[in-house]
Amino acid sequence: MVALSPDLTRPGLRPVPWGLTAGLVLLVIAASALSLTSGAAGLGFGDLLSALFGEGLSKRDAVVLYDIRLPRLAMGLAVGAALAVSGVLLQGLFRNPLADPGIVGISSGAGLGAVMAIVLGGLLPLWLSDLIGMHLVPVAAFLGGWAATLILYRTATAGGRTDVATMLLAGIALAALAGAVTGVMVYLADDRQLRDLTFWSMGSLAGATWAKLAAALPLIGLVMLIAPGLARGLNALALGEAQAVHMGQDVQRVKRRAIFGAAAATGAAVAVSGGIGFIGIVVPHLLRLAMGPDHRRLLPHAALLGAGLLVLADLVSRTIVAPAELPIGILTALFGSPVFLWILLRQKGALRG
Amino acid sequence: MLEIADLHASLGRREVLHGVSLTARPGEVLAICGPNGAGKSTLLRAALGEIPTQGHIRLNGHAVGKARPAEMARIRAVLPQDTQVAFAFTVAEIVAMGQEAGDFAADPNLIDQALAAVGLQAHAARSFQTLSGGERQRSHLARALAQVWQPMGPQGPRWLFLDEPVASLDLGHQLQVMRLARAYADDGGGVVAVMHDLNLSAMFADRLAFLIDGRLAAEGPPAEVLTPALLERAYGCRVALNTVPARGPWFVPQACEAP
Repeated sequence: MVALSPDLTRPGLRPVPWGLTAGLVLLVIAASALSLTSGAAGLGFGDLLSALFGEGLSKRDAVVLYDIRLPRLAMGLAVGAALAVSGVLLQGLFRNPLADPGIVGISSGAGLGAVMAIVLGGLLPLWLSDLIGMHLVPVAAFLGGWAATLILYRTATAGGRTDVATMLLAGIALAALAGAVTGVMVYLADDRQLRDLTFWSMGSLAGATWAKLAAALPLIGLVMLIAPGLARGLNALALGEAQAVHMGQDVQRVKRRAIFGAAAATGAAVAVSGGIGFIGIVVPHLLRLAMGPDHRRLLPHAALLGAGLLVLADLVSRTIVAPAELPIGILTALFGSPVFLWILLRQKGALRG
Repeated sequence: MLEIADLHASLGRREVLHGVSLTARPGEVLAICGPNGAGKSTLLRAALGEIPTQGHIRLNGHAVGKARPAEMARIRAVLPQDTQVAFAFTVAEIVAMGQEAGDFAADPNLIDQALAAVGLQAHAARSFQTLSGGERQRSHLARALAQVWQPMGPQGPRWLFLDEPVASLDLGHQLQVMRLARAYADDGGGVVAVMHDLNLSAMFADRLAFLIDGRLAAEGPPAEVLTPALLERAYGCRVALNTVPARGPWFVPQACEAP
């Protein structure tokens, strides 16, 4: 996040929104503290303080904190950041704010990869499954998401321009295809695999464990590392591929890495949390309204807001109908789909007006 | 120096350029003219390395299409015909992108200067998507200028490639933009422009490259290229050429007759 414009007070060059940055960091900290201190087990804020600074916790409370709530929190932060960054990358790649991994079928592709890994994983040669181990489902989800992204890009983009209608229709077709093949996989699955599939497809952070997190974090971490390097290229791509080249960008590399990054982040998120939609569209959209479309600022702030929002959504989903849990995907869709429709309406106005 | 030798280019399966050879020199405005579909824009895109071609294209000695984009961005900037921008960048942010791509990223006043050069300094903070067609075109020109601000650099001359730079401009801004191009060449840079307006080309260009059906039909100073015979061949109408005031040939469409 270096190389911001030299003079930050010039007209038209928006200053770095440090206030917003601080606000988002506070949001993440507050959401994390709330998430750690709310839940069925009655472990409260005082217990958290004594765990941090005081005499420690009872054995039961330590299990609740370290093996249930903390991995769940970490998973929420990682998945939220991954989905939001994935959204920013896709939207920059397609030059369109409607490109969300859930809506354009990439989550479906990743889901298909995960399902195939669960059902067909046993057919892998032993040395290979030993080598991949617990990473099998996330890697398969990444590969599925990657294939979906590549097909989508090939279908919807010609001559460096993306047709919105084609992109959305191709997303529907991809989701339908992935759904059909997933159906075949479910038909092939045995009882134990069916149970795994059911748990996986419920799509929540409830099953968070340190082991799952360890499987997903390398992919998500890798994307967080390469994403800032793509920011200038994505800015230039907003002017079209040819202009991006003339402004010195290696466009093919930017596109390859954005596709890889979006697929890897979505794949890892889907593998550990099922399908959680609309984070990838709501977060970048709100941030563009607040601080403009510059990807150098958008990417890090999206990671923060995505992480904070998903942890909050998870908090609401497990407290609003306690002791039951509302699937988190329902919550994010409840808030996300109106935002999607709103952007669509505005785009229609912009295209025809 | 831009050197193009025996250039063939195809769009789809149709060959659009059939062996064009052309040289553009720094210190010169070269206008690429010709009727619709003659291959003007294709020639420009080929010269920029945007489309696959057969033949040789070199800019300041770099093989176009093989040199690294970052290297080429330091010696040439491009004004596109398609001026759409995704996302609500401000005018100043668009110009800043050009500035950061070139050798002048550290100059704090460059954005203002580039916007002033195209008469848009009051619009720096406006969202690009709210601009009119002509304002968009001038914003992109300011971006291109900010990328190659000094016409001469330590590595040699810098270049402006303009694809119909005055296509959506009013008369006053047409003259403003053409004067900018002229001044850039007079200060040692090179300007290559695809032009529809033959009168403006004749006024401001040192040389015209006139394309008909993908071939270079004539090339040279405007007064030599713009002959009644060539114009009739190109446009299918008789053209009455005038040469007053003494700045090269001009004509009015009212005086053009069907043959």
